[in-house]
Amino acid sequence: MTRGQRASPAAAQGWPFLLPLLIILLCVIGYPLIRTLYLSFTDASLNALGIRPAWLGWDNYAYALTNPDFLLSLWHSTYFTVVSVALEVVIGVLVALLLNQKFRGQAFARALLILPWAIPTIVNATMWRWIYNPEYGALNALLTQTGLMGDYRSWLGAPSSAMNMVILADVWKNYSLVALIALAALQSVPDEIYEAAALDGVPIWTRFWRLTLPFILGPLSVAVVLRTIEAFKVFDIIYVMTRGGPADATKTASFSVYQEAFTYLQAGSGAAYANVMVLISALLIAGYLLLMKRQRAA
Amino acid sequence: MNRMILGLSLLLSSLSTVYAAPVTLHALFMKQAAYSEANIKDMTKAFEAKNPGVKINLEFVPYEGLHDKIVSSASAGSNGYDVVLFDVIWPTEFAKNGFLTDVTSRIPAADNTRVFSGAWTTVTADGKRYGMPWILDTKYLFYNKDMLKKAGIAAPPKTWEELQKQAAIIKAKKLVEYPIVWSWSQAEALICDYTTLLSAYGGQFYTGGKPAFNTGGGLKALQYMTGSLKSGLSNPNSTEYLEEDVRKVFSDGKAAFALNWTYMYAMANDPKQSKVAGNVGIVPAPGAAGVSQASAMNGSMGLGIPTGSPHKDEAWKFIQYLTSAPAQEQFATLSLPIWKASYSKPAVVKGQADLVKAANTSLNLMFPRPTIAQYPQLSTLLQTSLQRALLGSQTPAQALDSAAKAASRFR
Repeated sequence: MTRGQRASPAAAQGWPFLLPLLIILLCVIGYPLIRTLYLSFTDASLNALGIRPAWLGWDNYAYALTNPDFLLSLWHSTYFTVVSVALEVVIGVLVALLLNQKFRGQAFARALLILPWAIPTIVNATMWRWIYNPEYGALNALLTQTGLMGDYRSWLGAPSSAMNMVILADVWKNYSLVALIALAALQSVPDEIYEAAALDGVPIWTRFWRLTLPFILGPLSVAVVLRTIEAFKVFDIIYVMTRGGPADATKTASFSVYQEAFTYLQAGSGAAYANVMVLISALLIAGYLLLMKRQRAA
Repeated sequence: MNRMILGLSLLLSSLSTVYAAPVTLHALFMKQAAYSEANIKDMTKAFEAKNPGVKINLEFVPYEGLHDKIVSSASAGSNGYDVVLFDVIWPTEFAKNGFLTDVTSRIPAADNTRVFSGAWTTVTADGKRYGMPWILDTKYLFYNKDMLKKAGIAAPPKTWEELQKQAAIIKAKKLVEYPIVWSWSQAEALICDYTTLLSAYGGQFYTGGKPAFNTGGGLKALQYMTGSLKSGLSNPNSTEYLEEDVRKVFSDGKAAFALNWTYMYAMANDPKQSKVAGNVGIVPAPGAAGVSQASAMNGSMGLGIPTGSPHKDEAWKFIQYLTSAPAQEQFATLSLPIWKASYSKPAVVKGQADLVKAANTSLNLMFPRPTIAQYPQLSTLLQTSLQRALLGSQTPAQALDSAAKAASRFR
């Protein structure tokens, strides 16, 4: 650790420069976190009366974990996360493999890839609402005109299809991030090993599994972690497309938090809901990190 | 930090005395239904021209975001809005939490009898007034005159049963696939349609402080709704529709009947955005045989001043202007005035005699939704339960019984 010892005076000098940033971070991240934690143990409500909230201990957490509506919304978030991230990874990797091939217009196709990801979620949600529209929607037109479906149907009005349709809209927007990261990783795979493998007659599937995947696995798991965290706290696309309906079929945990805090004015239990979500997210991240560590060790 | 802000604000206020900088009011309105954004901008310009010392900063949000925007801004303290548009279902909740200023003393006593009593209930909680009523609205029954004529139907329905019979004739003659369209999305709009039917069948939300919507008229209302879906008379897409979707479907000639607010009358009759312009009829929502002649629910909205506003006098001046008879009579096509006398003025009646005729009946029948502080919880619960029945996962009785059980703890 000679290097560390030599660096320490410089590190000491660095602190004053870091201080402003640390203070800002403490204000914008630390304060809300601690405040939310505090609120979750009180009966705080949104009001303009200046009432001091009373301490409740673990009451709000007990309420959250026994409230079937909230538990159902947690399940909806989990379903949304698992299905959308899985689809994004599969489609993302396939598209990346395609765009890694040499063909005319490759640069253009790669530029196009970023487009869905660059669209704001609200715009994407509104756009898909139109695509799914039961009277004028493009999806209904496509499926009926190609003979795959007899009649127009209400995709977002039926509990059985609403969640999957919202997931599809989310996948369309977010697969491109996974594809982009996978594509960047693919650039680092040396061509020679493929040539050697092709000469040896290794089947294409084995080539992908044994040669390509190990190369892109690291960056890909970063993408998966990012997308999992994002997907688990999904709110905006739900708010625009279904507002939790029909019959609560698309009500996610974030939507419950929002509803509890801002529609019902229950800031205390709303904060407890939010913290339960934070805890689950933290567990997910820890799980991924552990998995990646094992992968690297192996 | 505080001292710096104080210094800055002192500096700013001293500047303002020198230049007499205008007071800027922040006002929150909604995007859809009733007065259009253009209407509100025009009214505001007229107000600003008359009051050079006041500037208005307008903000428009969808109805679905209005409540949450008001409460989050009001509970954050000062620097929020000075004027907000609020729905008839919120005053009790807002009063209890101190979000709105009590303006009872600002309202001249003479106005009491000149404004519809249903309008006053819109802004009242515990006998106090928290604003001025502005949008006097209820759900009306719209019908496509042409389709009724082709089906050989002489007059629009007076009862819900009659509506069903007429819709069946229209469907049988293949004039349209689904004759009736509703706003039954998981939203307040669903509760508005349900309330209209509940009142027609003589139902009550609460009796003696206990939920009663799972019995009598409340149950009949939901049974009517699910029945009309099952028989194919109602558009099955209704379960994902809001009012604007209903307007588009009706304006495209894809429905013979629709339940909607005042604003649809002018818009569905506008050839630029409607294929059925000139063919739009309007009557009060039907009644139920032996129970009621017609039905209506209170869907009015008022304008109030959040308690944190530093410019309450200017805000009240703006509210008084917007709710004044001349301003309302000038923009009477998308929303009707709160003033009784306006309904005989040529400026209001001209070109919309049918609407005014229907309003004269409906506005006196407006049935209220429950006035409890926990209304948002009750509404969410009812929305989900009603949808369960509409989508067929529960029977109407099951859905309403379980909602009533959960609702008994709301106050």
